[in-house]
Amino acid sequence: MKTLEAEVIVIGGGATGCGVLRDCTLRGIDAILIEKNDIASGTTGRNHGLLHSGARYAVRDLESATECIKENRILKKIAWHCIEPTGGLFVTLPEDDPNYHNRLLEACRFAGIDAKEISVKKALSIEPNCNPNILSAIWVPDGTIDPFRLTSANILDSIERGAHVFTHTQVERIMLKQNQVIGVQCYDKTAGEYLEIYAPIIVNASGVWGQHICKTAGIELKMFPSKGSMVIIDYRINNVVVNRCRVPSDGDIIVPGDTVSLIGTTSRKIPYDTIDELVVDDDEIDVLLSDGEKLIPNVSRARVLRAYCGVRPLIAVSGEMDGRDISRGVVLIDHKERDNVQGLITIAGGKLMTYRLMAEMTTDLIAKKLGNSKRCLTYKIPLPGSEKRVGYTKKIKYFSGIPNSVVGSTHYRHGERVHNILSLKKRNYGLICECEMVTLGEVEYAIKNLKVNDIVDLRRRTRIGMGPCQGELCAYRAAGLFTEFGDFTPDESTKLLMDFLEERFKGVKPVLWGDGLREFEFTYWIYQGLFGLGLVEDNNT
Amino acid sequence: MIKLENISFDHCIKCTVCTIYCPVARVTHLYPGPKQSGPDTERLRIKNPELLDVSLKYCSNCKRCEIACPSDVKIADIIQTAKWRYSKKELRIRDFLLSRTDLMGTFGTLFSAIVNFFTHLGMVKYFLDVIFKIPSGRTFPNYASGTFTKWFKSVRKYQDNYADKVIYFHGCYVNYNYPQLGKDVVKVVNALGKGVIITKEKCCGVPLIANGYIKKAQSHGRHNIKVLSSALPDDKTKIVSASSSCTLALKHEYPNLLELDNSPIINNITYITQFILEEFEKGNILRLKPLSYTVAYHSPCHLERMGSAAFTIELLRKIPALTVKILHSECCGISGTYGFKNEYYGISQSVGNELFRIIDEAKPDFVVTDCETCKWQIEMNTKYKVIHPISLLAEAIE
Repeated sequence: MKTLEAEVIVIGGGATGCGVLRDCTLRGIDAILIEKNDIASGTTGRNHGLLHSGARYAVRDLESATECIKENRILKKIAWHCIEPTGGLFVTLPEDDPNYHNRLLEACRFAGIDAKEISVKKALSIEPNCNPNILSAIWVPDGTIDPFRLTSANILDSIERGAHVFTHTQVERIMLKQNQVIGVQCYDKTAGEYLEIYAPIIVNASGVWGQHICKTAGIELKMFPSKGSMVIIDYRINNVVVNRCRVPSDGDIIVPGDTVSLIGTTSRKIPYDTIDELVVDDDEIDVLLSDGEKLIPNVSRARVLRAYCGVRPLIAVSGEMDGRDISRGVVLIDHKERDNVQGLITIAGGKLMTYRLMAEMTTDLIAKKLGNSKRCLTYKIPLPGSEKRVGYTKKIKYFSGIPNSVVGSTHYRHGERVHNILSLKKRNYGLICECEMVTLGEVEYAIKNLKVNDIVDLRRRTRIGMGPCQGELCAYRAAGLFTEFGDFTPDESTKLLMDFLEERFKGVKPVLWGDGLREFEFTYWIYQGLFGLGLVEDNNT
Repeated sequence: MIKLENISFDHCIKCTVCTIYCPVARVTHLYPGPKQSGPDTERLRIKNPELLDVSLKYCSNCKRCEIACPSDVKIADIIQTAKWRYSKKELRIRDFLLSRTDLMGTFGTLFSAIVNFFTHLGMVKYFLDVIFKIPSGRTFPNYASGTFTKWFKSVRKYQDNYADKVIYFHGCYVNYNYPQLGKDVVKVVNALGKGVIITKEKCCGVPLIANGYIKKAQSHGRHNIKVLSSALPDDKTKIVSASSSCTLALKHEYPNLLELDNSPIINNITYITQFILEEFEKGNILRLKPLSYTVAYHSPCHLERMGSAAFTIELLRKIPALTVKILHSECCGISGTYGFKNEYYGISQSVGNELFRIIDEAKPDFVVTDCETCKWQIEMNTKYKVIHPISLLAEAIE
C-alpha cells in the first residue's frame, strides 16, 4: 500500500477545500487534498454562478451581505478571469410589494453595497429583454463567477507551488490514535489501489458529505441538506444579472453565465440519504420557467438546455435534531473543543462567494495549531490566469490568424494562461467543441495540466459539451484525444465517451421537449445508430 | 422581452447539412461554413460582439444553407446581419461603386459606347485590378445605349388599353444593361391581356446589403415599398419581377434582414414565371409556337431559396418542341458583386467549375437561367449564350 505524509490533509475538492489547500501552500504548509470525485463536482459546481454583491441578503442577513461585498471586491482582483463584473438589476414586478424596493436600498446602504436606484427606461436599455412592465429598478454590483474555473485555478496554483492533489479518491476512514487524528485511509478509484496518508491535521471541507466523514472518526455532525434546482437556457438571454425585488424565493433570479443564462433557484429540504441521487422534479422546472417568464418574457420559448440541482450544506451547530439551530453562515468547528478529537477541523456552511474567507479562517486555525506565524496572502496574490488584466482586443491582435471567437473564448476561460494553450499551428486551434470553441490545444493543456481524468472532468475545465449540442459533435473527438494526450487505451476512451454521454443525458432528461428533444434524438442517432455505441458495451460485458 | 423572430439560431441542432451544401466551404478552407459562421458563433456574438470572426466575410449570401436547413434557421440572414451589425465599417471606393448599381447605370447608359469600350480594354482592367481590386479576369456586363424606362415611355400609352394591370419591378439590370428583357416582359404580359405599370423604383438593395450599406438599403427598401404599394390599384394586382434576386429582396430580405414592414405588398409580389403559370391555370393560356432547341436550365440560388425554380421549369415545359435539360442545382459562384472582388474571385471561379462542367456535358444550344449575374458568370466561363426564360417565351409567342 502506498503511504504519504503531509502536515495537513484537506478532504473535499470544492471551492472551500481548494481554497484551504492554496492558503496552506502559500503559507508554506505541506498539504494534500483528497476529493472523491472531481474538483468542483459537488455543491461548488451546482449553483448559478452568481458573484453576489450581497444585495440579495442585505434585508434579511446583514452579516452575509457585508461578507459578500467584501469578498466581491477581493475576487474581482485576484480572480478576474473567472468573473464577469456584469452588474445586476433588482426589478419590481407589478405583483410584488413595492415597499421592498426602498427596504433593499436602505439595507444596501447599511451594508456598504453601492446600490442605486435607476429609472425603468434606463433598466430596459441595460437589459432590453427584461419585462417592460416593471415598476422600479435598482442597480447593484452583482456579477457572474465560474465556479469550475475558480476551483481549478486554486488547484493549479497549489500544484505549481508543490501541493499534492488526489481526485477520484475516496476517503474510507479517518485514522485516530487515542484522541488525535493521524491520517486517512483512502481508495484511489482511477488507479484501483488503497493508500494511507498521514498528517496531524485533517480538514473536513466536504460540505454536505461532511456528516459521513465525521462519522468515520466517530463524531456525529448533523447536516440538513436542502436542494436547489436551476435550468439553463441555450444562449445568453440577459447581459446583466436580473433579480426580482422581493424576499428571496423560488425562480427569482436569472444569471448570465458565459454563453448561457441560468434561471434559479428552488429550495427544498431532502433526506440525507438521497444526496447522491438528486433529481430535478418536474414541478420545480415549471416554477422556474413560469417565474422566469415574469422577469424575461418569452424565456420559456427559448431552448432549455439542461436542468440540474445542488445541495446546500446547512449544518446544525449544536448537534440537535430539530433544525432550529441551523446556521446559514460560515461554520468552523475545531473538533478538539467540540468532541475532544485533536487535529480535526470541519469547515462548512457559507457560500461560494465566501470560499476564500472560509479558507482563511480555517488556515488561520491550522497555522495556530502548527505554530506557523505566516499571514494569509490569498486576498492579494492573483490566481493563475489572473496575473494581468488584458482586454479581448489586445489578445485578439496578439493571436491574429486564429479566429477571434477562438481567441476570445480561450482567453475568457483561462485568462493569461491562454499563452500556454494557443499557438499558430493549425492543428492546435482546430475545433473540438464547435459550440463553445474549445480547441485541440485547450484539450491538450487541460489533460496534461489540470487534473483531468475523464471527459466529464474535461468539461468542467473547458466547457466542452456544455453548449447547445450537449456533446453531440465534440464528445467522440475529445474521447480520441485522451489516447493521444493521456494514458488511455482506445477501449478506455470509448468507456469515457459512454460515461460522458450518460452524464450529459442526466441533465437533458428533465427538459426533453422542443428543440432540445430534436437535438437529443439526433445525438442518439449518431451514437447509437451510426457509431453503435450500445453494441460496444455489450461486447465488453 | 425576447424577440422570437431574432432567435432562429436557437433551433439549430448542429446537423451540419448547411455546411455540406455550402458552395464556398466546399472550395476553400478560409470559410468555416454557415453552421459555424451563423448559429454557432451567433451565441458568442450575443455574449460579446468582439468575438466576431472575420472569416464570415467569405459568405456569398447564396442562401443555399437556408434551403438545406431542416430546422428553419435563417442562417444566411444571421451571417449578413452579423457582418454589418458587428463588423467595423470600412469605406472602400470599389464596394461603393459596385453597390450603386443605379448610379453607375445612369452614368453607364449615358456614355455606353465609351464605357463599354473601356471596360473591355486590357489596360483598363489591369488598372481596375491594381487600384480597385477588381479582378482583371472578370468580364463586365455591357451598358445599354438607352434605359428601359426611356423605352417604356414610348409604349406606356398602349398599356391603358388593358383593363387588368400588372406592376413590373424591372430592376437595375433591365434598366441599364439589358432593356430587351424588359421589352420581352412587356410583350408577354401584354399577350396575357394585361397592361404594365412601372413605378419610380430604386435599386432593390441586394448589392447594398452584400456590401454592408444597410442604411442605404433600408432607405431604398422604404422607398420601393412606398411607391409599389401606392401604385397598387387593388389587392389582387400582382407585382412581378423577372429578376430572382430582386424578388427575393422585396419579399424576404426587406422584413427579415432590413427589418422593414413590407406587409402592404408582400402578398402581391410574385416571381414572373409563377405569375404566368398561374394565369395559364386560370385558363389564360398563351398560344406558343414550337421552338426546337435544346436548352440547359440552371436554377439560380435565390430563386431556389424562394422555391420558385419549379415554376420556371414548368413554364419552359409548356413551350412546344423545346427540350429542357435540367442541370443539377449548383451555385455558379458569382453571387452578385462577390465575383467582382479580387479577394473572392478565385473562390467564385472554383465554386462555378462544377456548373461549367455539367453545362459543357449537356451540350445545349444555349443555357437558360433567371438571374442576370448567373448569366454573366456562365457566359464568361462557357461557350454558351445564356437567355432568360421570359425571352424564350417571348420568342415563342405567335
